Amino acid sequence: MSGRRRLDYELIEALVPEGARVLDLGCGDGQLLADLQEHKGCEGRGIEIDEQAVLACIQRGVAVYHGDMLEGMGFYRDGAFDVVVLSQTLQQTSAPVRVIGEMLRVGEAAIISFPNFGYWRVRLQLLLGGRMPRNDLLPYAWHNTPNVHLCTVADFRDLCRQQGLERVREIFVLPPSRQLGALGANWRAGLAIFQVRREDVAYGPLAS
Amino acid sequence: MATDDEVAVAVDSRLGGARSAGLVEPQTWTFDGPLALDCGRSLSPVTQTYETYGELSPERDNCVLIFHALSGDAHVAGYHTPDDVKPGWWDILVGPGKPFDTDRYFVVCANVIGGCRGSTGPGSTNPATGRPYGLDFPLVTIGDMVRAQKRLVDHLGIERLLAVTGGSMGGMMALDWAVRYPDATASVLAIATSARLNAQGIAFNEVGRQAIVADPRWNGGDYYDQDLPQSGLAIARMVGHITYLSEGQMRAKFGRRLQDRESFGYDFETEFQVESYLRYQGDKFVRRFDANSYLYITKAIDYFDLTNGHRSLVEAFEDVQAEFLVVSFSSDWLYPTAGSKEIVQALQANGVPTTFLEIPNAYGHDAFLLPSGPLSDAVANFLANVQRCVREGDCKEKTR
Repeated sequence: MSGRRRLDYELIEALVPEGARVLDLGCGDGQLLADLQEHKGCEGRGIEIDEQAVLACIQRGVAVYHGDMLEGMGFYRDGAFDVVVLSQTLQQTSAPVRVIGEMLRVGEAAIISFPNFGYWRVRLQLLLGGRMPRNDLLPYAWHNTPNVHLCTVADFRDLCRQQGLERVREIFVLPPSRQLGALGANWRAGLAIFQVRREDVAYGPLAS
Repeated sequence: MATDDEVAVAVDSRLGGARSAGLVEPQTWTFDGPLALDCGRSLSPVTQTYETYGELSPERDNCVLIFHALSGDAHVAGYHTPDDVKPGWWDILVGPGKPFDTDRYFVVCANVIGGCRGSTGPGSTNPATGRPYGLDFPLVTIGDMVRAQKRLVDHLGIERLLAVTGGSMGGMMALDWAVRYPDATASVLAIATSARLNAQGIAFNEVGRQAIVADPRWNGGDYYDQDLPQSGLAIARMVGHITYLSEGQMRAKFGRRLQDRESFGYDFETEFQVESYLRYQGDKFVRRFDANSYLYITKAIDYFDLTNGHRSLVEAFEDVQAEFLVVSFSSDWLYPTAGSKEIVQALQANGVPTTFLEIPNAYGHDAFLLPSGPLSDAVANFLANVQRCVREGDCKEKTR
């Protein structure tokens, strides 16, 4: 991850308002936060579990918590952030609903990007190839993948409905970088970016 | 407290080397006081011995104040004489081109009050009697030590430090400084430390104190003109040293190997290498440390609790203005990672810009005194960024 600018960073950066307080979960080497601090005057904080990535954050001048994201979010106060970002990591969390619930406790809005498992190439790889799908966004073999909770665009929309989350923005990307409309996105998009917030304003854990 | 005798002096740290702080001369400063102490008594006069490295910038904005740990002193880097075998206690981090870069920063380190390395302590002369204080010396706290050093920093003409830092007890002092004087530092580097010592730590300190008190030569703390309570102090140091290492490191370093013998002697002589090592550490320590200071300083560590006077640690940090770097070592069981996270979480609850790093490492609590790439990188980069932000007037802000 280090050194390579993620496909979705520019799109996420555009969604973040000037001067926002931003928490980036799984912030890697801190590039997104450093860019937000430099370009948009944001006040950034990161959480990252990898030691080398944490050291890279320190080098960039990004304040980062070395550890688990649920633990790291736990002691921020309700509404401490305007935006909480989770870039291509939701599918690697062991408790995605808890993570989203915490994101929307400590932040007013959440920006969540994930590889769309409904992408037609993914479907064809399994259907015709008969093997676990792999592509740039899903680069792992079945036996070493950290992805334990993959989902499709349709799955994520269902989750938003169940959890009472308003989908403020949806952005769909055809790799490597072409933006798509919402039509047929569950088939056509390789990557999805959702900006969501709670329909009710009150903070608190989401129902599991 | 380092296991430093096993670490050959690195080329970088040799006197005359490009990255050595070189020859340094301790300085002393005395103020009449009285310095009001937490115990209700006061101290007067107050002498502090300190060392400085590098140059204070014309803007007076590049001063880093380093606090030493229990058995440390003001001699943080470089050498006092060309004949010194070893450099100061944090020479790995302090010097030209090192993380606390003396080409960029003005580094200051002072011996704590209550100590025995040049600052007023139980071995100093009591002006009321003309004899050493002994147990007439008032109990001093971490807060008292910090207040005394604030006077020293004022004396040096520095309003706001670039950073306060230290490991172990030194880290406690750095935290205390940031809470006590929120405007007087831009950053805090709190390493292998805690907002309050846990029960296990207090327990080990008490064993050390009881070893000293049980030594007949201790004589109620009145021993300065006779034989010193060396056996008690040596045992205290041996106990302390066990807590500075990790089980894994002891296993790797000593195992069950015997010292200078092939088989058991079936007696109570030193047989195992680990015994020999601890006795050596104890014997070495008594040559440079005062038993009463050991009692006073360990007590100060035990008393320290940042929540004192506050409802919670979160409330204690409410007014801090600094940016924080908190570092723990995974095998440190005296100041475990959990204690560092307690600090970080209370800072985060206040929106304070905080970086937390847990370095995976087998060296136990002593790790903060040993060469570590991640520690060096983190310190160097964090501090360089703080200095840049301070100079550009663009420091990180609280998120609430």
